[in-house]
Amino acid sequence: MEVLSFLADGLLLSLQPLNLMLILAGVTVGLFIGAMPGLGSVNGVAILLPITFLVPPGSAIIFLAAIYYGAMYGGAISSVTLGIPGASTAVATTFDGRPMALNGKASLALVTAALASFVGGTVANVLFTLFAPLLASVALSFGPPEIFALMLLAFATFVGLGGDDIPKTIFSICFGLVLAAVGFDTISGEPRLVLFEISGFLRGIGFIVLAIGVYGIGEMLWTLEQTRGEVTTTNPKMTIKGLVSDTKEAARKGWRGTMIGSFLGFFVGVLPAAGATPGSLMSYGVAKMLSKNPKAYGTGIPDGVAAPEAANNSASTGAMLPMLTLGIPGSPTTAILLGGMVIWGLTPGPRLFANESEFVWGLIGSFYVSNVAALFINLAFIPLFVWMLRMPFTILAPLIFVLSIIGGFAAARSMHDLWMIVIFGIGAFFLRKFDYPLAPAVLAIVLGPIAESTMRQSLLLSSGDPMIFLNRPIAGPITVIAIILILLPALKLLRRKKAVATA
Amino acid sequence: MRQGEISLAGLLALFSLYLMWKSMELPIGYIRGQGPGGGFWPFWLSLGMLLSCIAIAYNWWRGKSPAARSDDPIMDEFGWRTVILVGGGVVGFVALISIVSMYGAIALFLFYYLRFLGRHSWVLTLGLSIVLPVLLFLFFEGAMMISMPQGMAFTQPFFDLMYDFIY
Repeated sequence: MEVLSFLADGLLLSLQPLNLMLILAGVTVGLFIGAMPGLGSVNGVAILLPITFLVPPGSAIIFLAAIYYGAMYGGAISSVTLGIPGASTAVATTFDGRPMALNGKASLALVTAALASFVGGTVANVLFTLFAPLLASVALSFGPPEIFALMLLAFATFVGLGGDDIPKTIFSICFGLVLAAVGFDTISGEPRLVLFEISGFLRGIGFIVLAIGVYGIGEMLWTLEQTRGEVTTTNPKMTIKGLVSDTKEAARKGWRGTMIGSFLGFFVGVLPAAGATPGSLMSYGVAKMLSKNPKAYGTGIPDGVAAPEAANNSASTGAMLPMLTLGIPGSPTTAILLGGMVIWGLTPGPRLFANESEFVWGLIGSFYVSNVAALFINLAFIPLFVWMLRMPFTILAPLIFVLSIIGGFAAARSMHDLWMIVIFGIGAFFLRKFDYPLAPAVLAIVLGPIAESTMRQSLLLSSGDPMIFLNRPIAGPITVIAIILILLPALKLLRRKKAVATA
Repeated sequence: MRQGEISLAGLLALFSLYLMWKSMELPIGYIRGQGPGGGFWPFWLSLGMLLSCIAIAYNWWRGKSPAARSDDPIMDEFGWRTVILVGGGVVGFVALISIVSMYGAIALFLFYYLRFLGRHSWVLTLGLSIVLPVLLFLFFEGAMMISMPQGMAFTQPFFDLMYDFIY
């Protein structure tokens, strides 16, 4: 009951005129920044951090958290309308979001994303409020072997459930992981894989470079070539009535994915260093695995949008938990929030809840208010985003190319990376022609640094014995599930051969 | 398609070998007291890429993938023309950034695409080619405080004028 009274105080605090205004402004700004390919919540929070020194710390963090929320909702918009994931957390949203837009169901996809995000955020807020200290201690028991096992599971879902050509899927995963290793070896500090001795590779290859290349340039070339330039992505339903019927359809067809994403996303988000990207991917994989019709995933179904969208919002809230309770940021954005708190004179960690109760509960209260604000502001802007898709493709296509290039530069600030975007784009087009799945490579480049460092730390802990991934109580079962998923296609093949032989 | 499938697998296998060779610049084994060497992770993953290419080639030989069974060309004339005109346009766009600035390159790319590929009217072409770069300038330089490449010296008067406007 004490928790509820603290929460009520927090809600009242976040509904004060200044805070409410900051929430509405933050969510709207975040929504547009998140919708822009190349820019995500981390850009919004970092750029607007100095502005927050004008207001008290409690209001400042509420503003930044509102931007974070808005950007999480916004990430889905570019995934659906442009087919480019605005941030790594929205990669899985493109799997079904883009086909839905191409099938003329863009507004349904956007409404599903908004509703799933709202439910994901709400579930996460409730779990956060009730179990914050307990979950923080569970998260602490996740060491490098457990995190590596989780990464293995994320990749295994692609191999076991992907439905694509298995060798090509494995090639794509390995390729993404190797690209992530370009630059410097983080442990020894030595230059590594400086390809063709070009110094630009010393900076590594960022996720956004590959994502914009694959989805912004490669996918567009592929669409233009396949459709002969006559792409129809329009959806005439832009009325209030249309939105209401989309809302009903989204609730009916997307509830399973939403529920899976909301809970799974939160628990993955809570883990330090895991965050919303593996959370959204795993939710997509699990929703597909538990579905009666897994083959429908990837063709454009609401559940395929709902699962990753609910998960990335839920995980984003979850990622705040280790930041507030342990002082460990779970994502780049929470790292900046943490930096802000230190500048404002607050010490994140176990004592924060006791020493700065008003600040913490004000922030938690603002999660609830930001979530509601983000839902309504997002729904209000859906007609604008759908209108964008009504443009003739000969106007939309160059706009997407321009946004890809300028967004790519904004994220990386280097001409070398722009050329890499072009090379990846043209390469991706030809790989796509030969049915190489590219989403695994994009996710692998995001998860690669976490997977490598946790694998090396684990092997160091065990003096080189790989059994560390199997004989620990949490890592063991996760690794076994991952291995089963990897072997699933081979087991299916064996069963089919056996059935043919007996028939 | 059949020839393309095996040629691509061969190219990717060569690239995998190159990555394995590059990874060997750092230790690829286990170093006592330090854990796996810096080259361990990329080396074994590149080997995974190579083995995948061998599996792709094996599937090609058995005719298991759709591309391996198809005698169609990779693309028809329309496809090649689209890729060259659009892909070439994007390459030109990026090449122009160092000369006429990011915003100048955007204007020229939009002009090329809208007028020559999209065959839109002069009003729409010129309108979008001028308005969009200005809006993007206001968003990136003004609101987000992100500086874009300014190209060669002759673009400076334009930037001076725009900076006077936003500051």
